[in-house]
Amino acid sequence: MKVWVFAESAADKVTTATLELLTKAREIGSAVEAVYAGSGDTAGIAASVGAYGATKLHVIDPGDGLPGQVAAAGLAQLAGSEQPDLILFAQTYDGRDAIARLSVKLDRPVLTNGMSLSADGGSLVFGTAVFGGVTLVDVKLTSDGPALIAIRPKSFAAEESGGGPAEIAAVAAADAGRAAEAKVLARHIEEQQGPKLEEAAVVVSGGRGIGAAENYAPLVEELAKLLKGAWGASRAIVDAGWVPYALQVGQTGKTVKPKVYIALGISGATQHLVGMKNSDNIVAVNKDGEAPIFSVADLGIVGDVHKVVPALIDLLKAKQ
Amino acid sequence: MNVAVCVKQIPDPAVPGSLSADHTLDRSGKLILDESDSYGVEMALQLVDAAGGGEVTLISMAPNDEVSGLRTALAMGAAKAILVSDPALAGSDALSTAKVLAKSIERAGDIDLVLAATESSDGYTGTVPAQVAELLGWPALTFSKHVEIAGGTVKVQRQTEAGYDEVEASLPAIVSVTAGVVEPRYPSFKGIMAAKNKPVDKVTAADLGLDAAQVGWAGARQEITNVEQAPARQAGEKFEDDGTGAEKLVAFLEQLKVV
Repeated sequence: MKVWVFAESAADKVTTATLELLTKAREIGSAVEAVYAGSGDTAGIAASVGAYGATKLHVIDPGDGLPGQVAAAGLAQLAGSEQPDLILFAQTYDGRDAIARLSVKLDRPVLTNGMSLSADGGSLVFGTAVFGGVTLVDVKLTSDGPALIAIRPKSFAAEESGGGPAEIAAVAAADAGRAAEAKVLARHIEEQQGPKLEEAAVVVSGGRGIGAAENYAPLVEELAKLLKGAWGASRAIVDAGWVPYALQVGQTGKTVKPKVYIALGISGATQHLVGMKNSDNIVAVNKDGEAPIFSVADLGIVGDVHKVVPALIDLLKAKQ
Repeated sequence: MNVAVCVKQIPDPAVPGSLSADHTLDRSGKLILDESDSYGVEMALQLVDAAGGGEVTLISMAPNDEVSGLRTALAMGAAKAILVSDPALAGSDALSTAKVLAKSIERAGDIDLVLAATESSDGYTGTVPAQVAELLGWPALTFSKHVEIAGGTVKVQRQTEAGYDEVEASLPAIVSVTAGVVEPRYPSFKGIMAAKNKPVDKVTAADLGLDAAQVGWAGARQEITNVEQAPARQAGEKFEDDGTGAEKLVAFLEQLKVV
């Protein structure tokens, strides 16, 4: 099976989600190649994807367009001539843009929000979860042509193959039509101190129950810092403008899988559970004892975050 | 300026969902306006207001001629709706849905801007807006948390993993908006009464020129081979805080060696 991975980078570094996909691609494919839409340090990208098993890196220059959307035209052209059996995308912003436009160009269905993938003989078995992860569903595609699949980050482990740098091949410019008219004028990085959400061993997140934006720093951030962890948030308080989107954990935000996830004042809506349910250990503090978060918590404290968390912070400080 | 908003009518997320015999989401009960779509409706109303003219048209695909969610959005102030309801659409995947929505937008005619949520709350594929854009041959500004229109151009703040990008395109274009982009208004009593008489253009897949083989189960070209309950997490311990909650947390964290 010929498998391609739509590779993404952040600050010239290949994303962990891409490396997870390459590891999976190696398991189910006999030939693994990567397609990357971007400029910058392509030699560095080729070395990274090579170390995880890609033998070739197809490079598409998106100019100042949205990379995923511009890439679809080049990808469609390339897929037409090279006939991959499967193209994997990460369930990210650019990943979803690319798979969406490509599906129309190739007239192929998409399977998204994947959490498992295996090859059963010649056919792929795609697994996803519905109802906030309570029910698992397996899907098979029933027609020929490249399978277009998007996988949630953190679904697979990333393991090096020990391969050398991938061979770089520039993809001939393809006409993306009006898709290329969406131009990126400026990029804004919302700097976060401390460890990255997706990589921290401890994640402390806050929700509506913290009461107000000004309580986020002294409760959530403070506790996270004491535990050398990262701080996150539920969609409710991101939508309310209390914290930036980059901190959102959940279906529409980041997927995290830390050793310990601490949910403060988070009720545990389906949307949130999807992003943190696979953490090794889950701790919840919420004043509503019926909150769904307690159904996934290893330790639940039914109480007021404004009392429990400051007391916890005091105890931790006393121990230092 | 005329704005079309794609809205989905979904089973109430507050009620536990279930799958039908064919493994699709059970949509037989009452459907409501997906809360994620209320942001697009509000944004559209504000943009039309700011432009000083034009109207908001709703585009929806739903089984059983369902209009209750549409009435909510009409009560907020949308002028009219196109509702695509057809048994042939059962089992439609994201691409089939996008084909239906794109044809409906063409049917609406004279549209400068299409708004949609980034994803629905029930299916959450997250690809439909960009698929619609590709079908229409339009630019797509996806995952937008701020939207401005000026002189035939739309400019957005598009979410990224690390922050946001400023992205611009000329109209017509499609923009997908995140929840929280604006604060949706509550329909007024007057709005609710007026919504009852607003036009809803009910059409079938065939009316849109779509072949039944392109949509529904046939168009989805996939089969669900297994459905099972996820292994439940081992039941944890839950305590009422009697003043010792913090100590219990410390003990738990110590046992995991994170402190």
